[in-house]
Amino acid sequence: MKIDRRSFLSLGIGAAAGTALSPLPWKLMDDVSIWTQNWPWTPVPAAGESTYVNSVCTLCPGSCGITVRKVDDRGVKIEGMKGHPVNQGGICMLGLAGLQLLYAPDRIKTPLKRSGKRGDGNWISITWDQAISEVAGKLKELRANGQAHTVAGITGSGPNTVSRLFKRLLTAFGSPNFFTTPSMDSSYRLALQMMNGAPPDAITPGFDLENADFILSFGSGLLDGWGSPVHMFRTNTAWRKTQARVIQIEPRLSRTAAKADRWIAITPGSEAALALGIAHVLISESLYRKEFVDNYTSGFEGVVNATGELQKGFKQHVLEKFSPKTVSELTGLDPAAIILLAREFAKAKAPIALFGKGQGKQPGSMDEALSIHALNALVGVINQKGGIYALPAPDYPGWPAIPPDPIADSGVKQPRIDGASSDAFSRLNQLPSAVLSGKPYPLNALLVMEANPLYTMPDSKSVQEAFDKIPFVVSFSSFMDETARNADLILPNHVYLERHEDAPLPEGFSRPVISLSKAVFKPLYKTQHVGDTLILLAKGLGSSIAEALSWKDFDTCLKQAMGDKMDTLQKTGYWTDPNAVFPDGKMTFATPSGKFEFASSAFCPGFTPVKIEGDATYPLVLIPCDTMRLASGDTANPPFDTKIVEETILLHQASLIEINPKTALSQGLSENDRVLLQTPRGQANVLVHLEEGIMPGVIALPRGLGHTAYDDYIAGKGVNLNRLMGPVADPLSGLDAAWGIKAKLSKA
Amino acid sequence: MSNSDDKTQAVSEKTVETSDRPGGSSKGIIVLCFFIGLAASLAFGWGVFPKLLYSRKQQPIDFNHSLHAGVVSNGCESCHFLRDDGAYSGAPKLAQCIDCHQDVQGNSPEEAKFVDQYVKKGIEVPWLVYARQPACVFFSHAAHIKAAKMDCVTCHGKIGESEHLKVYEQNRISGYSRDIEGASLINMLGFKKHTWDRMKMDDCSECHQKQKAVMGSVQTQKEGCFVCHK
Ligand code: SF4
Repeated sequence: MKIDRRSFLSLGIGAAAGTALSPLPWKLMDDVSIWTQNWPWTPVPAAGESTYVNSVCTLCPGSCGITVRKVDDRGVKIEGMKGHPVNQGGICMLGLAGLQLLYAPDRIKTPLKRSGKRGDGNWISITWDQAISEVAGKLKELRANGQAHTVAGITGSGPNTVSRLFKRLLTAFGSPNFFTTPSMDSSYRLALQMMNGAPPDAITPGFDLENADFILSFGSGLLDGWGSPVHMFRTNTAWRKTQARVIQIEPRLSRTAAKADRWIAITPGSEAALALGIAHVLISESLYRKEFVDNYTSGFEGVVNATGELQKGFKQHVLEKFSPKTVSELTGLDPAAIILLAREFAKAKAPIALFGKGQGKQPGSMDEALSIHALNALVGVINQKGGIYALPAPDYPGWPAIPPDPIADSGVKQPRIDGASSDAFSRLNQLPSAVLSGKPYPLNALLVMEANPLYTMPDSKSVQEAFDKIPFVVSFSSFMDETARNADLILPNHVYLERHEDAPLPEGFSRPVISLSKAVFKPLYKTQHVGDTLILLAKGLGSSIAEALSWKDFDTCLKQAMGDKMDTLQKTGYWTDPNAVFPDGKMTFATPSGKFEFASSAFCPGFTPVKIEGDATYPLVLIPCDTMRLASGDTANPPFDTKIVEETILLHQASLIEINPKTALSQGLSENDRVLLQTPRGQANVLVHLEEGIMPGVIALPRGLGHTAYDDYIAGKGVNLNRLMGPVADPLSGLDAAWGIKAKLSKA
Repeated sequence: MSNSDDKTQAVSEKTVETSDRPGGSSKGIIVLCFFIGLAASLAFGWGVFPKLLYSRKQQPIDFNHSLHAGVVSNGCESCHFLRDDGAYSGAPKLAQCIDCHQDVQGNSPEEAKFVDQYVKKGIEVPWLVYARQPACVFFSHAAHIKAAKMDCVTCHGKIGESEHLKVYEQNRISGYSRDIEGASLINMLGFKKHTWDRMKMDDCSECHQKQKAVMGSVQTQKEGCFVCHK
């Protein structure tokens, strides 16, 4: 039998018919279509038990209550915590994207030791025991050589227990060099200290914004992340209902300005002059609240100086120097507009003037802080409903005194390296120059906790040079940020969602609140709570230091620090003073005169323009700007949030500068032109974005971009503004008062 | 000319050869081949293919439902319960087992294995779930057992009476469990004796239509794909 072509065809037809009559093709077709609906690479949250854990967000000084939704051990969503006094269930996009930080690929998973050149990114994993003994060994050596004071510590955490523990460690060790990250809060506290007479540690500014009805904001980004951002959004909504008016004074049309009732663009840096100009009108037209000024203030009419002579007071000083005409020249504002603004401010029932530009991350000039605070005093809203309170800081039960130790005692008596008189107003901005000059003494070791100075400090180049000069740098960072990258050892902290700690004093809020951060997740990696790390370091250092930090672990220490508040904290997640002692109408002040001081023999609010860097070869002025969509502090912007940044801020990987079309025209530039932006401190390639809402001659660049460390999802996007800025020390506070820098553009 | 002659000759030769072959036998082979093809492909399609399509896995522990059902007080819900938020807990976690199985209780080797390999090490048992709907489906146990008061057997059969766990079969292409697609080929085609014979979309809608049960979303009362599908 021979099989020929026909038979073969027939076999095929038979097979086809049989296949069609079998489930094979139909089932395959069905399965393939089902497969397309369940592609295995589409991420699907794992099935499991949903739980909700209340905690607090510490990604910014806002301290919002959060509720984290978990499916088994996996975090799937962060929501605002309902009923939390600060945010009442609201949340911002940074808080919302927090899980991306928890699960970020650049998390540091074990203690690391540098193996190559510093900054090269070569590390070897070491054990925790080794890490602690290396750091303790190095510090011990310095201490034995009488160089305990040449160790410094920087913290970016607020005034929480971990920061206090860090400071305690340094003090017990013998170093006076404890640094916090300065912000507008530092300037506010200094202003309150000078005018209200409150001790710097025991006071925080409280803003009763909900009850204000006329908000005179001197550049504060009320809707751009100032204070406690979510709280500010809620307050703004409330203002719409109560018909409160918001006046935004700012050289560019920020989101806050756009949503305000009026936007007033003035020459950047002339805010203090405008405040005093308004004061001039209030005084000359007798619009100020005499009842308050006459009874509870001093330094208004005159000041008695040290030798007993009567000097000019605030009133005369303002009347002589800040007439609307003079102020008009300084600010570029019409005199009539100044007068009108002052009258409106005085006539409002609950006016308030606010200080702190943008998100308030920079301390700013003390002239401005004092003038604006004086304005509030003129309308009598000090310690009043709708005004500014000097709030007593919540009292933490005292820790036992640090056991005396001769080395520590002589160490802390050394001058601080930044020239500040105490750590209450530490001047982080002065640290790089002190390190570079080696004066008053060289710095031998630096410990950095929850801060990223190599990114956040102005003039990053000199900060980097200063870092290069410090022989031993330890970072406690959870992420491979710019500072961690340049460290010798990294002892990684848990990320905020894995940490049990307190979050006191939301910035820009009306009353003291302490929230409890819970360990929502078990640590994903071999990281350690920095509080525990500090305690272990103290143990490693031995003697009186171990005794000063003799807690078994950080939890015990926290419990002791929280005292009887702990119960409430654990139950509700937050604590507010049950007998809320609002200093409402409390008109006793701890100043030498016992009154609110408009001026004293030591100071009088005035206006000395901050001399920003740059000569006539730089025709433009570069100012920073802030947006809610970019985290600009120690927290890097999570990729989710960078995705929603407008194309007028970040186009592909390039930053855009905002420039007025008129200025652009004079420079021959048009939209999206690639230009080289130069300042005396650095240069960067950027794109041009034309924007009518910025004053001619001024250009703006947002903060929060241009990371060079972290991972591919964060690094390499735009330009870090801080690289281009130059700090200017304020004569009063010594903190950075620069509001901008001179700049020029050329076609790239 | 010689060319033309050659062609003619070739054609005539071919004709001769063909007419030489007995036509009947050739047809028979062709028909035979057809049936061979038909039979082979039917055998493959009905017999071999379904076996190839499914991977077969043994459960990590051969759990005895019937034994446990006799000991617990609240029937199936003793271990397979609804959580406080209404979510269904699914296969039990160690937390539910360790009350009794902190240590080995009886002399079953499976229990010994469970205690040694999972309880002692604190590792959850990776149970293979026969009835899990794919991720693109919303299914609420609470709606069915609480609101519609259905019992477990209606959809899951008599698994509660079983002494051993059957082999878990999984479709290699779609990833579905065999229990969803149909226990037998006949079930797959939609002929079912029991509710639990197949649990695909048609089976959901069949029951919903028959029972005149809620046809749309509980919240919006509207019907549409996204009532059940994500
Ligand atoms: S405002 Fe600050 S604290 Fe609140 S959610 Fe956003 S980042 Fe967190």
